Amino acid sequence: MSSLSQPVSVSSSTAQPALPGRDRPSLVTIEYRTLTHITGPLLFVERVQGVGYDEIVDVLLPTGEVRRGQVLEVNRDRAVVQVFAGTRGLGLEDTRVRFRGEVMRLGVGLDMLGRTLSGSGLPIDGGPPITAQEWRDINGLPINPVARDHPSEFIQTGISAIDGLNTLVRGQKLPIFSGFGLPANELAAQIAAQARVRGAEEEAEGAVSQEFAVVFAALGITYREASFFRRHFEESGALERSVLFLNLADDPTIERLLTPRAALTTAEFLAFDQGMHVLVIMTDMTNYCEALREVSSAREEVPGRRGYPGYMYTDLATLYERAGRIRGRPGSVTQLIILSMPDDDITHPIPDLTGYITEGQIVLSRDLHRRGIRPPIDVLPSLSRLMNAGIGPGKTREDHRSVADQLYAFYAQGRDLRRLVAIVGEAALSREDQRYLAFAGRFEQEFIHQGDANRSVEETLDLAWKLLAAFPIAEMKRIKPELIRRYLPSLPAQEEEED
Amino acid sequence: MAEVGSVVRVAGPVVVAEGLPRARLYDVVYVGPLQLIGEVIRLQGDLVTVQVYENTSGLQVGDPLVESGAPLEVELGPGLLGSIFDGVQRPLPAMACSAADPFGQPFVRRGGQTALPALDRQRVWEFEPKVQPGQAVAAGDVLGVVMETAHLAHRVLVPPRRAGTVTQVRAGRVTVEEPVVWLDGEPLTLLQRWPVRQRRPFVRKLDPTEPLITGQRAIDMLFPLARGGSAIIPGGFGTGKTVAQQTIAKWADADIIVYIGCGERGNELTDVLEEFPALVDPRTNQPLMQRTILIANTSNMPVAAREASIYTGITIAEYYRDQGYHVALMADSTSRWGEALREVSGRLEEMPGEEGFPAYLPTRLAEFYERAGRVECLGSDDRIGSVSIIGAVSPPGGDFSEPITQHSLRIAGTFWALDTDLARRRHFPAIHWTRSYTLYRLGGWFNRQVAADWEDHREWALALLQRETDLLEIVQLVGADALAPAERAILLTGRLVREDFLQQSAFDDVDAFCPLSKQYHMLAVIRHFHEVVNRALRRGASIEQIAGLRCLAQIARMRLWDPAEAAAQAQALRAAIEEEVSHL
Repeated sequence: MSSLSQPVSVSSSTAQPALPGRDRPSLVTIEYRTLTHITGPLLFVERVQGVGYDEIVDVLLPTGEVRRGQVLEVNRDRAVVQVFAGTRGLGLEDTRVRFRGEVMRLGVGLDMLGRTLSGSGLPIDGGPPITAQEWRDINGLPINPVARDHPSEFIQTGISAIDGLNTLVRGQKLPIFSGFGLPANELAAQIAAQARVRGAEEEAEGAVSQEFAVVFAALGITYREASFFRRHFEESGALERSVLFLNLADDPTIERLLTPRAALTTAEFLAFDQGMHVLVIMTDMTNYCEALREVSSAREEVPGRRGYPGYMYTDLATLYERAGRIRGRPGSVTQLIILSMPDDDITHPIPDLTGYITEGQIVLSRDLHRRGIRPPIDVLPSLSRLMNAGIGPGKTREDHRSVADQLYAFYAQGRDLRRLVAIVGEAALSREDQRYLAFAGRFEQEFIHQGDANRSVEETLDLAWKLLAAFPIAEMKRIKPELIRRYLPSLPAQEEEED
Repeated sequence: MAEVGSVVRVAGPVVVAEGLPRARLYDVVYVGPLQLIGEVIRLQGDLVTVQVYENTSGLQVGDPLVESGAPLEVELGPGLLGSIFDGVQRPLPAMACSAADPFGQPFVRRGGQTALPALDRQRVWEFEPKVQPGQAVAAGDVLGVVMETAHLAHRVLVPPRRAGTVTQVRAGRVTVEEPVVWLDGEPLTLLQRWPVRQRRPFVRKLDPTEPLITGQRAIDMLFPLARGGSAIIPGGFGTGKTVAQQTIAKWADADIIVYIGCGERGNELTDVLEEFPALVDPRTNQPLMQRTILIANTSNMPVAAREASIYTGITIAEYYRDQGYHVALMADSTSRWGEALREVSGRLEEMPGEEGFPAYLPTRLAEFYERAGRVECLGSDDRIGSVSIIGAVSPPGGDFSEPITQHSLRIAGTFWALDTDLARRRHFPAIHWTRSYTLYRLGGWFNRQVAADWEDHREWALALLQRETDLLEIVQLVGADALAPAERAILLTGRLVREDFLQQSAFDDVDAFCPLSKQYHMLAVIRHFHEVVNRALRRGASIEQIAGLRCLAQIARMRLWDPAEAAAQAQALRAAIEEEVSHL
């Protein structure tokens, strides 16, 4: 008997309300044996009555197994049902379908912390069932833009390429665009372990950890990857502050559509009702999108780009937009989303649509990875849209913005010259150009590369000034003269240029 | 008597019902027990297809469907300025409010909100009549004025298609629902309604001859937009579409800004909401929010309302245009609107055109952009008003060959192409100088209003940048050493134009807004530098010497000039350049 179908809604008739807007008791359970076809993950049931769109469904097999499904469409007396655990072994004759009269809900409670749950929210760690404080529609509701509070609290990740150039703030949604074989998981784990908000937290280390939580959603990743995260949470002591939702590679594909929703419903509860700062890690969204495409093609919908459904943007937005802060409430939901770009192609629909919704992106580079740069973050295509709100005097340092701009400008110039060098050779470069070229190399080796080191933002900025000092002051067009005077270390290279 | 039909099919935002024989296309209906708002989009036999503006979760076959008997309308009247609405003009602040807590309901719930009107019914306005009993008036005539903000006189007009003789007038304090003027005995209130999908009438369209000044050098100097014109800003993610839109919303010299956040990020609207009330409009010294109307339908809000949001916004814009104001409308992003069309079309099982978009996409885009224009308004006082549209486009993969960019290009007069490569080098605004264009011929206006050789400078800059692009291709192959000194001077000046003129920081207090005269002086200095340098090269100076000139650092800091001192600063800098170069 599959554990998938049951406990989330054990208390179906009493604790949970019926479909929104009606008081139909959900005890009415008619079982239908009127399946007319089964195709891919979909069932078509005829002669049904009183079935609601999005309603959840129990599919009963003759073996006694129960699988969970959801109504995708109702058309007069016909309902289209998507079965999360797959349709293998279902027959038209002996399968029965029971409509539950409620939309998909998750029981959320504080005792979820420290637990490991399946992709649809059932305990799989051998522990007791979750005591639900509240049942929530896993689709959530959009946050009223008026009630949003603008994220502006700097999160120090200890990673220079992020803190210095693509600063993360509380309530942001920031994806890591990775490729197969690139260390996105390691980066995410390092961020989860090192992330801290400075100021208040540093004073009261103990009290602070009480309001911090991690919600981890594994979407079709391997057992090895999942246990890597688990081990990491354990080592950093975050495990008892974590809720793990695991839909692994060999778990039902369609269940993957539920996993991020269950995880985010939990995160919203912890953040906006319990006042915690929740970091949600979702990996790998590429697998989620594949599941979406599978359902879409089974429904014979008109495909958009590369076979992905036209509504994928909207669908992804209903997940990513669940990050943020709410006015008057202490907590926050910060999302760290990992996705693999098929063939490292950033224009592929999955990274493309994600980038249009999220507040920036961290892009990993195979080239840097091959050259042993850790983390292999390519800062040129990377971006944090909320950076400006989180940096500056009182938050990081007054020179942060202009230093970041100047690093970008010099590094971009140096990267350009590499292409030229490949053709004409380094000797053909002017002295200025050789300086750019040398800077690009040092920037990658000293600034981006840091291995396991945990750098404070001051260390990051000081390191940046050390690298910038290779240029004459006149070249530093992005930095105001008074900042240069205040922060530029006087190195021999400078004085020589000034003469 | 409202008819009641019943639902026969539900698929996402599309609902099919029967039993509404009198339904008309684009009429509003209320669906199911929660009374979700929807709009009739197809009639077929006795079947009525409805797109629902809210999530349809839980809706059943057999649920009731109630006719409203009217198309989707917006409420127009004083009190719109400074407001923030969703795609179907529901007031978002009122929806977030519960009892005493202004943010007690932070999530947008479904249904039941028909009770919240767009315009505040309690608020009292001071109505100052401009007509007297016995006076004959026609559509568009000014009946009276309400000071909507300290600076904006809201003109209350005779609604389109109405005319008659004023029989009674009421001055003084009124709410929007109280009658203020009676035409042939029929009362008119401050509150008027208009169906969003129908453009508001005017006498005639005028040629766009004056620019909409934005204070952005790349725009005003190279690719200006005309008042009453339309522009599109396409760009991949991270190229700065939203920052560009918001910057223009802040600095454009329009009377009213309508900003539509259509299928975009919630936090970006929060940005506007927090920033605009704190910023001061330099022309009126009032908070910028007081000239702004926000329509917010974020990406996770229902998709059908996203489709409607564009029309809600443009109708409000036209309403202020009809009062004789200049309105600038930003739509961010039209691609999300197009995708909403595609999504609904897909659920209707229509035959798809390019990339799954419906075949009527170009028609819809054209209808929208053609609602821009500088017009002679209805009414006897020859008012002129304008609506300028600036539409952001989010092409998949940053590839401009996709349908929405291409179809928008056919209509829009100005094309600001945002370039991913420029954005990655942090060249902002990332408006690409060789791909962008403007079809509006505004040189005459600039020559008259700013400087007689404005257009000449513009042509010089464009030609120089084009020449630089060609030369850079050669440099990529053979290195800069292979170029003649004069060509290397072009590379040098081209870089100055790009880095010290076109780049502009939206976040720097001084640089964010650059008045036309300062724009002119900055470019003129760079041109002067180019000429001086060329003379020096002919005298035998080397390009290395020139690249080491100290005045280059001063040129890089022109952007920080106080606008009031720009002319004097420019003159001093020209002299400094001549002086330094003469020593070579």
